[in-house]
Amino acid sequence: MFFYLIRRILYAIPIALAVGFVCFMLVQIAPGDPINAIVPADAPGDVVEQVRRDYGLDKPLPVQFGIWLMKVVQGDLGRSLATGRSVWSDLSSAISNTLLLATVASLLGFVLGCILGGLAGTFRGSFIDRAATSIAVAGVSVPHYWLGMVLVVIFSVQLNWLPAMGAGPGGSADWAWDWEHMKHLILPAVTLAVIPMGIVTRTVRGLVAEIMNQEFVTALRGKGLTRGGIFVHVVKNAAPNALAVMGLQLGYLMGGSILVETVFSWPGTGLLLNNAIFQRDLPVLQGTILVLAMFFVALNLLVDLVQTALDPRIKRA
Amino acid sequence: MRLRRFLLTACLAALPALVAATAVQAQGTIRIGMTAADIPLTNGQPDQGFEGNRFTGIPLFDSLTMWDLSSADRPSTVIPGLATEWRVDPNDRTRWIFTLRRGVRFHDGSEFNADAVVWNVRKVLDREAPHFDPRQVGVTATRMPTLRRAEKIDDHTVALFTSEPDSLLPINLTNLFMASPAQWQRFRDANPTAEAAWNAFAREPSGTGPFRMARFVPRERVEYVRNDAYWGDKARAERIVLLPIPEANARTAALLSNQVDWIEAPAPDAIPQLRARGMVITSNAQPHVWPWQPCFVGDSPLRDVRVRQALNLAIDREGLRTLLGGMMAVPVGTVPRGHPWFGNPSFQIRHDKAEARRLLAEAGYGPNRPLTLRVQISASGSGQMQPLPMNEFVQQELRQVGVNVEFDVIEWNALFTNWRNGCQHPSARGAHAINVSFAAMDPFFAMVRFWDSKMAPPVSNNWGHFNDPRFDEMIRVARNSFDAAERDAALARLHAAGVDEALFIWIAHDVAPRAMSPRIRGYVQPQSWFVDLRLPYIQ
Repeated sequence: MFFYLIRRILYAIPIALAVGFVCFMLVQIAPGDPINAIVPADAPGDVVEQVRRDYGLDKPLPVQFGIWLMKVVQGDLGRSLATGRSVWSDLSSAISNTLLLATVASLLGFVLGCILGGLAGTFRGSFIDRAATSIAVAGVSVPHYWLGMVLVVIFSVQLNWLPAMGAGPGGSADWAWDWEHMKHLILPAVTLAVIPMGIVTRTVRGLVAEIMNQEFVTALRGKGLTRGGIFVHVVKNAAPNALAVMGLQLGYLMGGSILVETVFSWPGTGLLLNNAIFQRDLPVLQGTILVLAMFFVALNLLVDLVQTALDPRIKRA
Repeated sequence: MRLRRFLLTACLAALPALVAATAVQAQGTIRIGMTAADIPLTNGQPDQGFEGNRFTGIPLFDSLTMWDLSSADRPSTVIPGLATEWRVDPNDRTRWIFTLRRGVRFHDGSEFNADAVVWNVRKVLDREAPHFDPRQVGVTATRMPTLRRAEKIDDHTVALFTSEPDSLLPINLTNLFMASPAQWQRFRDANPTAEAAWNAFAREPSGTGPFRMARFVPRERVEYVRNDAYWGDKARAERIVLLPIPEANARTAALLSNQVDWIEAPAPDAIPQLRARGMVITSNAQPHVWPWQPCFVGDSPLRDVRVRQALNLAIDREGLRTLLGGMMAVPVGTVPRGHPWFGNPSFQIRHDKAEARRLLAEAGYGPNRPLTLRVQISASGSGQMQPLPMNEFVQQELRQVGVNVEFDVIEWNALFTNWRNGCQHPSARGAHAINVSFAAMDPFFAMVRFWDSKMAPPVSNNWGHFNDPRFDEMIRVARNSFDAAERDAALARLHAAGVDEALFIWIAHDVAPRAMSPRIRGYVQPQSWFVDLRLPYIQ
């Protein structure tokens, strides 16, 4: 197990290099110019060239990439071209905001998905099954930015119950677990939860249905176990796969909530990436994608380990 | 059943408290939703275009010359700011003498004087200065292209030197904000590099403006409090909160849900709903131009003045205004009629399709030889208004006079880059015109950079490589006219000639729509990109 862990950690190094390189090249290939993050469009050519030299953007691409890589190895993600702030300071606050949102949305999606999937799998073919499946299909089909706008129109604009944007009355810097802050979390978390809810529902439904058909469940019934007792056994068998699916969903939510964070002006990694893309803010873009990729790798590893712990039949070596 | 009734009662009881909690906020605090995606730089030279100057420049810092933002009825003009008067040296027209306002102090308590002016000029123009900041060069030096250096004469008098005689300098200087040298030095002493000191300064800036920064949460909000020691009329609002909300629907929702009191640029289709909910929609003429800028070289059909005039005549701009819910002004040139620089053009920009067809026929275009134009546009972008529906409207209008328009739609940042490259560059991909909107407050940015042959790429924004010695001479005369009336007359001749030659296809002027709560009072929307945040307060 120990060597497996070391091997997986070592695998992360080429992944990090590849992610950094691909991201760097994609930004270079795309039309536009990172210099636009620093100078306005009406800047004269000599000023543009001078600023380009000041920021090292006139150097050959391999040199630029090498300089960035050397700094990253030393733990320095550089400074934003647009704001001059340290990438890490912006990124760390963005990650904590996104982690908060993604965790709440994942938990919500996971719990609801397990309940709906469990019910659908247990009562296959019934009205409950059809209703749960419909909800799951709607969850994965509805564009979540559209759902976010609809929720804002209903609960913020019309009813004035919940805030439409932001991460707290004074911003995310003074986040607290009180109602004034938590109400800012409700709409984005619900919006973000619908996709994992749908996926988990469908997964759990399939798992429960499959497990319920297995012989050991018939044997348990034959032994006179109560419905609750059988349920515990079904859950234990379904949990590893459901957890694996949820782990991946959390990974997607960490990096894939650009639209939802933009709709709700939630100051997370999605909004940070969105702004960095439009401004061609290369250091922010590369730093954010690298950290998110590493997060995804770590999350996969964690899910594997949890799966092993939950199901001794799975061997990691 | 009893439990259900209890829960229902509890929910109903909690509702008023919930609604009340949302509605409560401190008195005298105005919360503004900006269109910017991030808080513009607060180091004294804001980025993010003129929205940056509007919200993190003018409220925190002052400049030697300032815009008069007190009236909605007349074009905004330059007035004394931290300089009370100025004049060009009659013996050396590249040397200007500025007399400084006395008794002004920065927010940190240090004195504003000639040393501070020299220090602020050096921060962007002197690469040897210990506080030189390359990041501020891009957004500043570009807006005062002829300024070279400053020299102290005495504590309250400075001389500024330009590279050539330039009567436009006092207008350009509205873009150079005075930051506190003492505050910066304090941070420099505590930080290893000048760059780090500027970053620290941005978190705790010190200017002489009517507001002081009280709180800064990167990417989320910045809060100002009134500067009670301000040298001029003090602000009425006690506190200003600025929130970056780049998405138009999110801004509208934030206003309607009482999270902000004022939003910039509401989505046009949301305006009826905002009005229905009692919000106040404000707008005014703005020195903003939304044009097609022609290419004047190669095989471009727009080299022919008759074609350019025909395109200007073929567009029903009133129809476009209806499409935008009234949120545009109909242009008759780069500046509106009645402006000191409008002049007396013989070509009248109007809607006259018959005349457009006649001019096109005269230029050799008609049913047997249709004219096809390729135009580079963006799908969005700062100042671009609603580029897709607006361009499609123009496309339909031009089709009615036999002109086929093909769009090359590219992303905003890429369009910006192409704008600098010029129409002969491969990035233009054979475009005959480009649609980039611009600010026209200052003659350099309104006319000179487009019509001076020396401003062709890569120097500046003469994207179409326009080259006419008559225009170069008119620009030279305007820059050498140091009497304000004489200078305005020279600029009026330049503008009139530009209209006669139809050097742009003028399509719209933005009117800077804003939506605000009816509780905001005292607000004045000047004919400017900027607003005076000292005037509004909240009831």
